Amino acid sequence: MAPVSTERDLRLDLFRGIALWLIFLDHIPSNAVSWITIRNYGFSDATEIFVFISGYTAAFVYGRAMREHGFIVASARVLKRAWQIYVAHVFLFAIYLAEIAYVAHSFSNPLFTEEMGVLDFLQNPDVTILQALLLKFKPVNMDVLPLYIVLLLWFPPMLWLLLRSPSFALVGSAGIYALTWWFDWSIPAYPNGVWVFNPFAWQLLFVFGAWCALGGAQRLSRWANSRVVIGLAAAYLLFAFCIAMTWYFPRLAVFVPHFVAEAIYPIDKTNLDVLRIVHFLSLAVITVWFVPRSWPALQSRIFWPAIVCGQHSLEIFCLGVFLAFAGHFVFTEVSNRLLTHVIVSVVGIAIMVGVAAMVSWYKRVERQGPGPRPPSIKPGYAGGDA
Amino acid sequence: MTGRVLLSLALLALAGPAWAEMPGTCQVAEQLIERDFALPHVTRAIAAKQLDILVVGAGSSLLPGPAGIKNAYPARLQAALAELLPGVTVNVTTDVMARRTAAQMVKSLRPALATNKPALMIWQTGTVDAMQSIDNDQFKAALDHGINLAHSAGADVVLINAQYSPRTESMIALGAYAEIMRWVALQQEVPVFDRFSIMKLWGDLGTFDLYSATKKLDIAEHVHDCIGRLLASLVIESAKPDMPHAESGRQQ
Repeated sequence: MAPVSTERDLRLDLFRGIALWLIFLDHIPSNAVSWITIRNYGFSDATEIFVFISGYTAAFVYGRAMREHGFIVASARVLKRAWQIYVAHVFLFAIYLAEIAYVAHSFSNPLFTEEMGVLDFLQNPDVTILQALLLKFKPVNMDVLPLYIVLLLWFPPMLWLLLRSPSFALVGSAGIYALTWWFDWSIPAYPNGVWVFNPFAWQLLFVFGAWCALGGAQRLSRWANSRVVIGLAAAYLLFAFCIAMTWYFPRLAVFVPHFVAEAIYPIDKTNLDVLRIVHFLSLAVITVWFVPRSWPALQSRIFWPAIVCGQHSLEIFCLGVFLAFAGHFVFTEVSNRLLTHVIVSVVGIAIMVGVAAMVSWYKRVERQGPGPRPPSIKPGYAGGDA
Repeated sequence: MTGRVLLSLALLALAGPAWAEMPGTCQVAEQLIERDFALPHVTRAIAAKQLDILVVGAGSSLLPGPAGIKNAYPARLQAALAELLPGVTVNVTTDVMARRTAAQMVKSLRPALATNKPALMIWQTGTVDAMQSIDNDQFKAALDHGINLAHSAGADVVLINAQYSPRTESMIALGAYAEIMRWVALQQEVPVFDRFSIMKLWGDLGTFDLYSATKKLDIAEHVHDCIGRLLASLVIESAKPDMPHAESGRQQ
């Protein structure tokens, strides 16, 4: 099946950029501004958006490479990308170590003696750092990149299958998801437990994104634009919103019938609960309805900051994780007032946009100059980012 | 979060009965107290003038120092209840040791319940499980097991979730554990003392400076005193004792 359009859908960059901002805001602990993010108003959050769009763009970029240059070349490029993400992850881990070592050294409030025990791993760095390099020890909020690495390692054969028999590939992916729930498949973590994002489950959203990129979106469009589906999606979003309100105002929980609570809880993020998938799909249906592909505003300056962030997602994601550390540091060391939260959030996003613009500029310059790369690779096309 | 603070303040303005003797600092979190589930064994125990409580917990149920036991929340709970329940003998015993996961606490539960025969088990847990990222299913199983043990020993249960610890917030992923606790409590119809939200509210409103790098105990002691009082408030409002003088502390 040939992709229906070779022109990049700017909505992908826009919403991935917004997802990156939301992930940044959510990653600063206790950030007052994070009440605006979507995780507070329903079941799914920015992670679903990020994984889905990453799958979509990966298929878009590497699917063409696989058709034009073959399986080996495209696979090599995917693996190179996975390696880049691994390096980025280890870099972030080093920053995390610096932060945690500082806190361990400077803080000893007797109220939190128990919690400070989390720093004990600094006493045996030999094991911890090794486990971190093996992606088994992952500090809080550093789970997305390891998921991405695993999804990419597994992507070449999946992409091969998607290009030949998209429906079969999607059904296979859903089958793995179902078997994961059935058999409790997971990846062990250090020192205990499992990966926060189970790749066996989350691959479904990535593959679904890829499937959409390779023509699936066209096939679905008739469904997605029907009034019935839009109505159902809106109703589901409203339902999720009402449930979410009971998390913040526990008194409202008495209005949730017992059988409903029995049916929906616990909403499993690790294994990508069906409720979360449906919530994401509902959001997507409503969004696509409001924001058509040809929407002229997509070309306007208003959306440029989010789009440029979305076009350089790896750089901006890593920067966001770092800025979240830094933001939390400002809260603890400088001020924890509401105004500080707002300033840190706004400045953080401004830095993300600034750096994205710089990366964009640099990639353009590099492409124009006499470079070692053949133009057919179009490294900067579509941001080059999958 | 801010929404929650604003709502809290709005509710506070509307708040009807409040504890006359509770310091204003604690009172600000009064409306975060759950009253949705009854505590029938506690109700009966209060009627029989003898209320025995077992507090099972880990490090955040302790304070360091020579006066630590006297100032930590279990002892403060006993003092607050004794004040609110004149004529009732209130006796709080503890099974508290730092760095224990829920499963580890369950191990010593059976003998502790058999010895003390409490009408109420207050169970503070979740922090160490989150720090060691214990498997979610194992954590849930341990909670269910512990609650079932207490119920079959004739005790009601109140769960206490983790503390709000702003400095270590970026290092301990409490989220999933808090949700599991909330879910188990809902299934088992057991109240949760939402220590996290209460302390967060205090932090947001500046009631207590939880960011402070102080080595002194004064803030910690205040916090534990307030937790003890709010716990007493949860116990009494959930148990709804039929005692006219139990209401005597509730004059505006």
